[in-house]
Amino acid sequence: MRWSITEDDVRSIAVGAGVLGTGGGGDPYLGELQLIELIRQGRTVEVISVDDLSDDEQGCGVSGMGAPTIGIEKLPAGDEMWQAIKGVQDHLHTRFSFIVVGEVGGGNALEPLIAAAYGGVPVVDADPMGRAFPELQMDTFMIGGVNPSPFAISDAHGNTAVLHVNDANTAERYGRALTIAMGGATSLALPVITGREVKEHGIHGTLSLCHRIGQAVRSTMKEKGDVVAAVSSVVPTQTLFTGKIIDVDRKTTGGFARGYAVLAGIGDFSDSELRIDIQNEYLVAWRDDKPIATVPDLICVLDAESGLPVGTESLRYGLRLHVLGIPASRKLKTPRALSVVGPRAFGYDIDFFPLSGELPEEKIG
Amino acid sequence: MRIGIDVGGTNTDAVVMRGKDVVAATKTPTTKDVLSGILQALKDVLTDCNPSEITGVMLGTTHFANALVERRRLAKTAVIRLGFPYGEALPPFVDFPPGLADVIKGPTFLLPGGHEFDGRPITPFDEKKVRAAAREIAAAEIRTAVVSAPFSPVNDEMERQTADILMTECPGIRVTTSAEIGSVGLLERENAAILNACLLPLAEDIVDALRSALDAVGLTCPFYLTQNDGTLMNADYARRFPVLTISSGPTNSMRGASYLSGLKNAVVIDIGGTTADVGVLVNGFPRPASRTTEISGVRTNFRMPDVYCLGLGGGSLVHQSPSGTTTIGPTSVGYRITEQALVFGGDILTMTDIVVAGGFADVGDKERLSLGKEEANRVLAVADRMLEESVDRMKPSREDLPAIVVGGGSIIIRDLLKGISEVVRPSHFSVANAIGAAIAQVGGEIDRIFSLEGVSREAVLQEAKEQAVLRAIEAGADPQTVEIVELQEVPLAYLPSKASRIRVKAIGELKGAAS
Repeated sequence: MRWSITEDDVRSIAVGAGVLGTGGGGDPYLGELQLIELIRQGRTVEVISVDDLSDDEQGCGVSGMGAPTIGIEKLPAGDEMWQAIKGVQDHLHTRFSFIVVGEVGGGNALEPLIAAAYGGVPVVDADPMGRAFPELQMDTFMIGGVNPSPFAISDAHGNTAVLHVNDANTAERYGRALTIAMGGATSLALPVITGREVKEHGIHGTLSLCHRIGQAVRSTMKEKGDVVAAVSSVVPTQTLFTGKIIDVDRKTTGGFARGYAVLAGIGDFSDSELRIDIQNEYLVAWRDDKPIATVPDLICVLDAESGLPVGTESLRYGLRLHVLGIPASRKLKTPRALSVVGPRAFGYDIDFFPLSGELPEEKIG
Repeated sequence: MRIGIDVGGTNTDAVVMRGKDVVAATKTPTTKDVLSGILQALKDVLTDCNPSEITGVMLGTTHFANALVERRRLAKTAVIRLGFPYGEALPPFVDFPPGLADVIKGPTFLLPGGHEFDGRPITPFDEKKVRAAAREIAAAEIRTAVVSAPFSPVNDEMERQTADILMTECPGIRVTTSAEIGSVGLLERENAAILNACLLPLAEDIVDALRSALDAVGLTCPFYLTQNDGTLMNADYARRFPVLTISSGPTNSMRGASYLSGLKNAVVIDIGGTTADVGVLVNGFPRPASRTTEISGVRTNFRMPDVYCLGLGGGSLVHQSPSGTTTIGPTSVGYRITEQALVFGGDILTMTDIVVAGGFADVGDKERLSLGKEEANRVLAVADRMLEESVDRMKPSREDLPAIVVGGGSIIIRDLLKGISEVVRPSHFSVANAIGAAIAQVGGEIDRIFSLEGVSREAVLQEAKEQAVLRAIEAGADPQTVEIVELQEVPLAYLPSKASRIRVKAIGELKGAAS
């Protein structure tokens, strides 16, 4: 079944993407504005279900790469996301019949939809993260063995580089180096993928899940209701903590904003402290020095007052927050996946322990 | 001596201060034209003072906020944005409310230029194209313009070049460059610059009108407007940056509370007739809100004070359900309290009636109340819980803080609340906002992205601090008194090149206005 995206859907996806961004992935605001403008101009964006794909049709993933702070200065030109896809397409002398979301968390949730508005190709309701991750090999397509080559990186000036690499880690390294050379924010078309591969390795239904979370949060905010309960009505959610930030520390090492925030408990959580470790996204939550949630499970932070998701860059002393845990997709919890996205892959000497529940993979409709 | 004036929604307050002492104070109703209310307040406080002894008048005004809300006297504004092709998808005014855009949106241009985060040009500056755009603006008879460019907070050279061309091609045009006004985030910075530019002709009129008003009462001293962050701008600066004054009221009130109480770290509870505003002072200044600020529905990156507002004031309606639960507010009788509250002969039960019934204040006619002390205390306990929750929301840490209690409705607070170590009720608390204006200092702020490549972090921080101090001195601060009051460093995420966004604020006493 096909889902034609409306202006209201865009607003919901933007809020949902903030929740699934687990603190990173950039602010979806500019993408939201751009997509709404495109829809107002009469362009259409269609989302199809994974079931609608035939095994042998070919599509491509797309996302933005680089620093969100640069993206808010160098605003989008328009079709740069589509230009990257077109770069690979032209290189292969083929035509893709779908676009797949590269990362459903944060600003990257909207980029494939923007590309679709220009390319006239539907977006498939799936992604390889179900959240945000800092590096491109942290992706169920890559983990599942989908070939990252060839991939393309474009800037807004019409420059496109198509690269062939040996593996996803190399793609990440070269991609990031090119992104710096191109001014710090680029579009990345990766991977070229078949319908069968999306079905097998993708996390199904994440775009519509993102939409449902956003819808629930938005309608609850309007009624000044309980946003945590709204999120729980869509995905299995565990309230990890409610508290107030009493300490924040951040520094950059190797391109990552690393650091932590310490929260003092409020209400049911008083006399307790929570530390959330940050590496662009929220990685591990420690309650009174014991880990209570860790990557790849989602640690989502909501402003206790507005209900809106809070990014790592907005953390500050005194902010009152709800910290939620959402179980990651089972495809991120296989031993092979955990070697790439588990706590040890981020340098922690702890093993992954899953939060209860399962990320629903429902179909659109 | 200094005069401080703060124009509020209901009252215009003025004080005369000699050093630390309040010599005269007044409260007069705010008038629709704002100016005559200011004039009345000035006349009131000057009855016992010699105007020649006044060294400065510090004014917090709502003129510009009102103009934006009413969408009156706003200038049509052109925008030249550099950085093409970046930004083509999101042209200037893209997220303005349609009603406001209809009034102020002039021609817009997206031209080559702008810088990357590391300071190199995105594309070269194209003088010909800028000149052609300027001629179009002149032909359209547009008299105000904004210039914006990517990363102009890192390098504003191209914005300045564009402004120079505009001024040559369009004689008499008023230009706001985005780097002068906002921080990182092109769209929000450009939006703020547009709001500023559309107020420029009005700002000139108002500054002139204020000057004449001061002259008319014999005041020949300089005057200053208070800014959103509680610092001052002189009249020349106010002509160029009116938008920076748009929400100085809450800041003035909190700064005044800090000054009167001598406390630099405290909760400030300002209770009026309809609402209680709870804010936090950190090192003597209101803590800024972390979220983006909307002004008249336009997203900007101004940092406004973080204030939590709850519907609890002296005029709040008290409702008791048959089942025994009590609710207070958010509806209030407002300024009609002197007719509608029970103690004043009305027939509505308000918080003021409750305070009187509890024996904590003696206003109006107590005999008109039928409820007893016990019942009054029950309602007051509900108000306490509401205040305690707001205080807890705002407090920066678990430690109890003193609360500075100001405003006409503050009789609601009788004693200590949970989370509060001490209740401080400064004298002259009812004109704390005017006092906040009178004692305002001069500040300088920078918010930029700095490359840490090949330089030590310490050297970069030092450079940032020096720039902020220099800006404060340029704005009129006495160099001897300037100090750094805020320093924030946020590394750029997702890039393996070393760069940080650094925000520094320096503040000092106004030069020559110590007495």
